[in-house]
Amino acid sequence: MDIHEYQAKEILAKFGVAVPQGALAYSPEQAAYRARELGGSRWIVKAQVHAGGRGKAGGVKLCQSEHEIHDATDDMFGRKLVTHQTGPEGKGIYRVYVESAVDFDREIYLGFVLDRTSQRIMIVASSEGGMEIEEISATRPDSIVRSTVEPAVGLQEFQAREISYALGVPTALTQQMVRTLQGCYRAFRDLDATMVEINPLVITSDNRILALDAKMTFDGNALFRHPHVAELRDKSQEDPREARAADRGLAYIGLAGNIGCIVNGAGLAMATMDTIKLAGGEPANFLDIGGGATPERVAKAFRLVMSDENVQAILVNIFAGINRCDWVAEGVVQALKANPVDVPVIVRLSGTNVEEGQKILARSGLPIIRAATLMEAAERAVTAWRNDSKQNTRMRAV
Amino acid sequence: MSIFLDRSSRVVVQGITGRMAQFHAKEMLEYGTNVVAGVVPGKGGETVFGVPVFDTVKQAVAATGADTSLVFVPPPFAADSIMEAADAGIRYCVCITDGIPAQDMILVKRYMMRYPRDRRMVLTGPNCAGTISPGKALLGIMPGHIYLPGNVGIVSRSGTLGYEAAQQLKDHGIGVSTSVGIGGDPINGSSFRDILERFEADPETHIVCMIGEIGGPQEAEAAVYIQETMTKPVIAYIAGLTAPKGRTMGHAGAIISAFGESASEKVEILSAAGVTVAENPSVIGDTVARVLNKRAA
Repeated sequence: MDIHEYQAKEILAKFGVAVPQGALAYSPEQAAYRARELGGSRWIVKAQVHAGGRGKAGGVKLCQSEHEIHDATDDMFGRKLVTHQTGPEGKGIYRVYVESAVDFDREIYLGFVLDRTSQRIMIVASSEGGMEIEEISATRPDSIVRSTVEPAVGLQEFQAREISYALGVPTALTQQMVRTLQGCYRAFRDLDATMVEINPLVITSDNRILALDAKMTFDGNALFRHPHVAELRDKSQEDPREARAADRGLAYIGLAGNIGCIVNGAGLAMATMDTIKLAGGEPANFLDIGGGATPERVAKAFRLVMSDENVQAILVNIFAGINRCDWVAEGVVQALKANPVDVPVIVRLSGTNVEEGQKILARSGLPIIRAATLMEAAERAVTAWRNDSKQNTRMRAV
Repeated sequence: MSIFLDRSSRVVVQGITGRMAQFHAKEMLEYGTNVVAGVVPGKGGETVFGVPVFDTVKQAVAATGADTSLVFVPPPFAADSIMEAADAGIRYCVCITDGIPAQDMILVKRYMMRYPRDRRMVLTGPNCAGTISPGKALLGIMPGHIYLPGNVGIVSRSGTLGYEAAQQLKDHGIGVSTSVGIGGDPINGSSFRDILERFEADPETHIVCMIGEIGGPQEAEAAVYIQETMTKPVIAYIAGLTAPKGRTMGHAGAIISAFGESASEKVEILSAAGVTVAENPSVIGDTVARVLNKRAA
C-alpha cells in the first residue's frame, strides 16, 4: 500500500528523521494561508499523488508569494497529473503540500528495500541524489553503496557510519546521518514497510541533513497489525475498478486490451494473458478469482470484467482441482443466465470431471465457445473478438 | 526414492481444526498420507478424523514420531507455527498460508539458521499448493489424482500452473517423482535452486520441469546452477510476458523491479543456460515428452 509524501514525512519525523517545515492544503486558498503560517519568502508546493516523477510533470513548483501559491495550486487541484509512473490516465490531485524552500549543497539518494536475494532489509544509497535510482544505476553504478541488515540485531551504528563515510557526508554530520539511517530503518521495521525512499536527502547550506522528499510503501499482508497505517489508504489514487475488486477479495489489474480474462490462480492468470498475446490478441485485464471458483465469485468476476468498456470477448480459464469442472460449469452457466453478457464467452475447463463440465456448458443453450487447451481457447477468443468487433454496433448492457 | 516425502513420512497438520485444514487433512488421509497428529494450542486431546490433536508440536513429535509438518495456520500466526515446527525437530515443513507479512518470513528464515545444517528444517512455501510424491504421500491442497507416479520432478511457484503441467503430463502418460510448490511470496523457504539440487541428487527423478514467473532473482540463480552443475535436463515455462512493470500480479512476489526479473529476461537467461523453454503453457507436456523421447533415442 502506498501513502502520500506528507504522510511519509510525518511518520519518518516521529522516528527522528529531519524534514522541512510543511503543511497540507485542500484548496488554493488554504495553500496560500498555510504559506503565511509557515512564514518565510519562498515555498515549494507539491501535488500529493501516489507516483514518482512529479517534478518533471509539473506537480512541484517553487513560489515566491502567496499569489503565486494560489495560482500554482489552482492549476493543480482537480487535475490529473501524468508522470512516467502513472500511465496515460494519470492520478488526481486533491491535496497539495506546502513546504518552506530550503537551500542545499548536496543531494543524496537513500532507499530501504526488501532484498529478495539476501532475504533481508537492504539499504541502497548513492551520493548522486536527485536522479532516480534506475538512472543512477545506469549512469553512476560506482556511486551506489549497499548494506544488508542482520534481522536478529537490526541496523548497527557501524554500518550506518560506514554508509555515511562512503557517501562522503562531512564528518561533522556523521551523527545526523546515523540518526537518519536508523530512523528510516526503525520506521521500516516497526511498521512493516516494503520500501522507504528519500530522494533527495540533502545537506543544507546551513549544515543540516533533511529529507526533501519521502516515499513509503507498506506490506498489505501486515496492515492488520498497523491500523494507523491502514487508515492512510487513499482510494482516490487507486484505479476504481481495482479498488472495487480488492474490496471483494478479487485480484484485478486493468490493462489496455479487449479480451477479458477470468482465471483461478495468479500464475495461470498470467499464463492466460500471455497466451492471448501469443494468439494475436491483447488481454484487457489480469484477474485471479482464487482457488475456489464458486458461482458467486464467477458472477462477480463477470460483472467486474464487463465493467471495462473495452472488453469485446471474455476468456474463462479454470483449473478445477479440488473443485470439479461440472460444479464450475454450473457456476458459469448460472452467472451468465443471471447476468447475460453481450460479448463472446470462451470457456476452457481443465482438471477433475472435465467431460461432465463440457456437457453442462453444451446443454446450457448459452452461446458459450468451448476449448480444450489454453492455446485453443486463446485462438478462439481472438477469432471471436475479431468477428465480433466487425459488427461494432453492439449495445453495451450496463 | 522421491524428494522430501514418501510413505514413511509421519505428518503433523498444524491448525488441523480449521475448516479448510480439516477438508484437506481428509483428502490427504484418503490419498494414503500417514497423517499421525494435529496441533492446535488449546485443543489438545481432541481428535479430527481419528487423528489425535496436541497443544504443541513437541508433544505431537514425542507422542507420534512426527517428522513432517503441514502449516495451515492463519497469516498472523503462521510464522510462529513454522518456528515451532523448526524447534520441535520437524525435518520438512510445507506452509500453505497465503498472506504472511514479509518481515515475519525474514525472521523465520533467520530463526531456522539457529540449527546446525544436519538438524535444520527444510521449509517450502508459504503461499504454495504443497508437495506430492505421487502414489506415496500428499502434503498440501493439490488434487492428488492429476499426478501419475513417474520420473519427472516438478517445481513451481504457482499452484494452478503446476496442476496444469501435471495434468498435461498425465495426458501424455508421463508420471511425476515429486512435485514441489515453492510459493508466490517474495521471501520463501526454499528457492528453485534448493529444489533443483534435491532433484539432481534423486535417482528417481530423470528430468525436471520448472515453472517460474515474473519477479525475483530465483529463476536466474537456478540458471547458474543448471549451467554449472546440473546433469539432468530441465524444461521450463515462465509466466508473465504481458505483465506490466512495477505492478504486483496476484502473488506478492510477482512484481518486476530489477533487471533479470521480467519474463522475457528470464526466458533468455534460462535458454542461455541450456534449458528447453516451453513457449506457451499448453505445450509444457509436449515439451517434456519431446525431451524424454530424445533421451530415450
